[in-house]
Amino acid sequence: MNLLSLILLPLLTAVTVLLCRGGQVKWVAFAGAVLQLALAVALMVAYSHQRAAGNIAQMLFQQQYLLFRGVNIGLHVGVDGISVAMVLLTSLVSLAGVLVSWKIEKMTKEFYFLLTLLALGAYGFFISLNLFVLFFFLEISVIPKYLLIGIWGTGRKEYSANKLALMLMGGSALILVGMLGLYFTAGHSFDILSIANMPIPANTQHLIFPFLFVGFGVFTAMFPLHTWVPDGHSSAPTAGSMFLAGISMKLGGYGCLRVAVYLLPEGAKQYANIIIVLSAIAILYGAFATMMQKDLKYMNAYSSVSHVGFSLLGIGMLTQTAVTGALLQMVSHGLMTALFFAVIGMLYDRTHTRMVGEMGGLLKVLPFISTVLFIVGFCSLGLPGLSGFVAEMTVFVGAWQTDDIFHRAATIAAAASIVVTAVYILRAVAQTTMGPVKNEQFLHLKDAAWYERLAAMLLVAAIVGIGMAPGWLADLLRPAAEIITNRIAGK
Amino acid sequence: MPNVTIIALIVLLPLAAFLLLGLFGKSLFNKGGGIVATMMMLVSAVLALYTAYQYFFVYGSTGGVYHQCIPWQITWLQFYNGLSINIGFLVDPISVIMLVVVTFISLMVHIYSLGYMKGEGRLPVYFAFLGLFTFSMLGLVLASNIFQTYIFWELVGVSSFLLIGFYYNRPSAVAACKKAFIVTRFADLGFLIGILIFSFCANTLDFSTLIQRLTATGSNEVKTAATYSFMGISALSWGAVLVFIGGAGKSAMFPLHIWLPDAMEGPTPVSALIHAATMVVAGVYLVARLFPVFAIATPGVLQIVGWVGAVSAIIAAVIACTQTDIKRVLAYSTMSQIGFMMFALGVSNYGGEQGLGYTAAMFHLFTHAMFKALLFLGAGSVIHYVHNNDMAAMGGLRKQLPITHITFLIACLAIAGIPPFAGFFSKEEILLAAYQHNTAIYYIALVTSGLTAFYMFRLYFSIFWGKPYENHSAHRHGEGGFVMVLPLVLLAVGAAAAGFIPFGHFVTSDGSRLESSVHVQFSLLPVGLALAGIFIATWMYKTDSDRPARVAASIGGLYKAAYHKFYIDEVYVFITKKILFNGIGKLAAWFDRSIVDGLVNLTGTCTVAISRGIKKMQSGKVQGYALYFLAGVIVLATLFIYVWK
Amino acid sequence: MMQPGLYHILFISTALFFMGVYGFFTRRNLVTMLMSLELVLNSVNLNFIAFNKYVWPGKMDGLFFALFIIAIAAAEAAVAIAIIINLYRNHKSIDVNDAEDLKY
Repeated sequence: MNLLSLILLPLLTAVTVLLCRGGQVKWVAFAGAVLQLALAVALMVAYSHQRAAGNIAQMLFQQQYLLFRGVNIGLHVGVDGISVAMVLLTSLVSLAGVLVSWKIEKMTKEFYFLLTLLALGAYGFFISLNLFVLFFFLEISVIPKYLLIGIWGTGRKEYSANKLALMLMGGSALILVGMLGLYFTAGHSFDILSIANMPIPANTQHLIFPFLFVGFGVFTAMFPLHTWVPDGHSSAPTAGSMFLAGISMKLGGYGCLRVAVYLLPEGAKQYANIIIVLSAIAILYGAFATMMQKDLKYMNAYSSVSHVGFSLLGIGMLTQTAVTGALLQMVSHGLMTALFFAVIGMLYDRTHTRMVGEMGGLLKVLPFISTVLFIVGFCSLGLPGLSGFVAEMTVFVGAWQTDDIFHRAATIAAAASIVVTAVYILRAVAQTTMGPVKNEQFLHLKDAAWYERLAAMLLVAAIVGIGMAPGWLADLLRPAAEIITNRIAGK
Repeated sequence: MPNVTIIALIVLLPLAAFLLLGLFGKSLFNKGGGIVATMMMLVSAVLALYTAYQYFFVYGSTGGVYHQCIPWQITWLQFYNGLSINIGFLVDPISVIMLVVVTFISLMVHIYSLGYMKGEGRLPVYFAFLGLFTFSMLGLVLASNIFQTYIFWELVGVSSFLLIGFYYNRPSAVAACKKAFIVTRFADLGFLIGILIFSFCANTLDFSTLIQRLTATGSNEVKTAATYSFMGISALSWGAVLVFIGGAGKSAMFPLHIWLPDAMEGPTPVSALIHAATMVVAGVYLVARLFPVFAIATPGVLQIVGWVGAVSAIIAAVIACTQTDIKRVLAYSTMSQIGFMMFALGVSNYGGEQGLGYTAAMFHLFTHAMFKALLFLGAGSVIHYVHNNDMAAMGGLRKQLPITHITFLIACLAIAGIPPFAGFFSKEEILLAAYQHNTAIYYIALVTSGLTAFYMFRLYFSIFWGKPYENHSAHRHGEGGFVMVLPLVLLAVGAAAAGFIPFGHFVTSDGSRLESSVHVQFSLLPVGLALAGIFIATWMYKTDSDRPARVAASIGGLYKAAYHKFYIDEVYVFITKKILFNGIGKLAAWFDRSIVDGLVNLTGTCTVAISRGIKKMQSGKVQGYALYFLAGVIVLATLFIYVWK
Repeated sequence: MMQPGLYHILFISTALFFMGVYGFFTRRNLVTMLMSLELVLNSVNLNFIAFNKYVWPGKMDGLFFALFIIAIAAAEAAVAIAIIINLYRNHKSIDVNDAEDLKY
């Protein structure tokens, strides 16, 4: 399995998109996305195969090329279970994103080019083992977001695009500082695996950790640096929101874990309690803030803040189970929230409103879309059989293992959010799909077209698949999580 | 050993019905969907009966003691070595009994729905949801792992939500289904945390290991658990209380009962299945499942269970006396009867004669399922006929609906505890257990059973006697034909005869046989009270008169309070609307937009302001620039000459 | 009669220099500003010549520099006047305050 194909394929797709014209564009993008999905699945199969064959190397399929001898920067790629899961998530979301944008008319070519570029950045980020290259790919995924919102957005799109880009750039700046700090304390190397073998003094770790964690935290919408999320999502086009929430926010979570926590275990221990407090606040506070939203996109954006809080909580708990739960939550939230935004987009395309209060009774006219909305809502509130449940429960069980009042209280606070989540999800879902049809014009709406059905069913299948048989995903993630937590435990 | 395939079929057939009708209902089964689902349910019910027979009479007992067996179990999700969610089948007396109850009632409701729901739109969806519910309930019943219980617990909750909201274009139904889900969800939070505590104390989630570890005196787990406490209460007790909160929410125990009356917005057969016979007793089942832990490790919590049950029983009975919506009366009656089961568990001990309450609770669960489902289906027939839920709109229906009338009367006699109907035997056992262990609860129970007889016959007389119902509509369909009558008759047979099953032989707290006999002199008092209740109801409601109004006026305040359900709903509305929504929710939303986001925007504004200040320097005036240049030269010159010599 | 020494000449050139600077800052007319600039340059020329004569009598470097500056000043004047004329064409004025298009 050549990992570089994961970078080259989207690159090829992006270039081809630029070269073709008119109606071909979306088909090329679609074909590219399908191939990416196939590649991601192949990667997962090959990876499981290797593991089953007893390959216990931490990173598989490694390749290394020195790019710049002077400062020791090289392209180093390799995957463990976490990367594989994230790559799979990225490919699923990007295929769904391409599908829901089928009817986009404004500057189609550029739109698909940017989408593919975003996916490219994400793939590169997830497989990089060199901090510099990792950072490079992280930045690649920021700029398309700015353009996607600024050009194809709605509402206060310029404001939102600026806010998002600036906040993410601010995060990047912090990451850069932390990265350089690592570079100079760990023997002038950007290589994650070699930094991991360097003894970094504890007080240096305490110094560098906040830069990296907060920097990546901005990407993953850590409280209180989450405010780009509501504005960004509400202005972004549907596929943009899906990518933003489904992939981009996962870049942050992945970075927090892979770079900050993995490379700086002492720092993680030092700041774990702060992370826990912040994420517990985010979970509850995000849930309560969601309850008051009237715009579906704002609602899902705030609920993302709350749900991502579970990932950060899991990371902050520093136990193997909790970290596995955090990773499960990343995957689950990525799928779920992408689907949620897709459904919101479908509703908006038809009703031309996103206000919960203006819809009603859509189950009658849009049975397919409404059913999907139900499913994704149930996933969001943690219904067993869907992926959200598995992730949240793993986080809770993992969090409960640390037996002191502080951790217990944080866990209970986080668990309490499942009630609030139920309140806002049911309120939104019931108000939009149930009750009498509010608007006469809604009676003539058409249910989902084939591309929308395909996108929705793809994501629903993934959500249900993980929810029904979580074992394989958990088994994929657990060994990798264990390596990270073992470092923290000093094993 | 039990046959895994058969048990799997019992569970999976309803699931198959759900998937089949849910995915292809519209295209393939628009007409015949109900029949298909019913046939599948029939097979499932037959297999369940077969399993029960096999368990109780073939392989279940060794030396007269029924034991648990787990014919099938897989690891569904591993948390860490030693702790995992396992999905499996746990076969023991209570799960087998529940299998029979759930499949049988579900079958009855399926058959009944064929007639009752005829002509409704979305019929495949309705039967699909019924299938989903039945599947989830069976999964819950057979759960071998406490987390498996939780999983199916949530699933029954959601199927209940979907079925209550089946008439989704009715705002009241939408409100009711949300309320039901959220209130039980709140209770489930307790359940979840309770599970976490148990899992931490016992380091397992499997029921059998968990019970074994937490009840063995001197085991490591008990010792470790004893070192943890919070607010002076041991961790285990907290766990038990929290798990019970979950059960109380699902079983509509006071003060988490507020969702049940509203849940009557669902189609009536659904109310019979979910909100009377099966799902609402899940709380009782949960406590029974963990009974050894409650009884041995945390007897204090069992006291709480008993008191919550008793209080719920009497409050619900009082409220039921004043309601006029027939389904709501039945809902409160359900709550009251579940209260009976709860406190029966609460007054029980583990093992032998002392475990009578346990047997009685499960017995009552069984008989109650029969007669309450019958009552609801009977009420369904009445509503089907009258197209109205209100008692005041009914009267004298015994001539129009003869079979419904007779079966309804049997159910009323059963619930009132009149021998020889089923309710008499189970209720008598409960009272006996209460009498032996907790006198205060016994008296509460006595009063409640008197009230039960009163409000049930108030209902009966209001529907079938009194001022005759006037037939306005030309279109009449009588009792709805064979499919609607058959379940009534079958259930009536059950309600009349189920009491003669020697339940103590099969279901006891420790699996060994428990002989029960009827104590005539003990039964005199409760039966007398029940007869008195019936007599008062006859006096007040058999003929149309102003007596009810006079009685209501004479007890004024109490009547009003009971009529308004003791204002508990209002308290909840206050807490949720005023405190959670307008208080915390609005505050959080405002805080986020104004403070947190305000700070972000402030950073932006500050940057802009600073640059606006600095940009004045770029005036475009050449002489100004020259002046800066000169000033710079002078400063540098000064520095070079005097400072950096 | 007293020979003028280095200091006298330096005094004059300093005076000339500051007159030029003063003129450059206070005048609004671009041509006058250009003339002030010439004063500055010429004060520098004076300095070069004076230092050459009094400090390094045997060398010619200062004189060459002065010649060099004269040449550059001529070129500069030509360019500056061209700019001024163009400015006049655009703004119908050679007031330096009107030529502030490059602000902010």
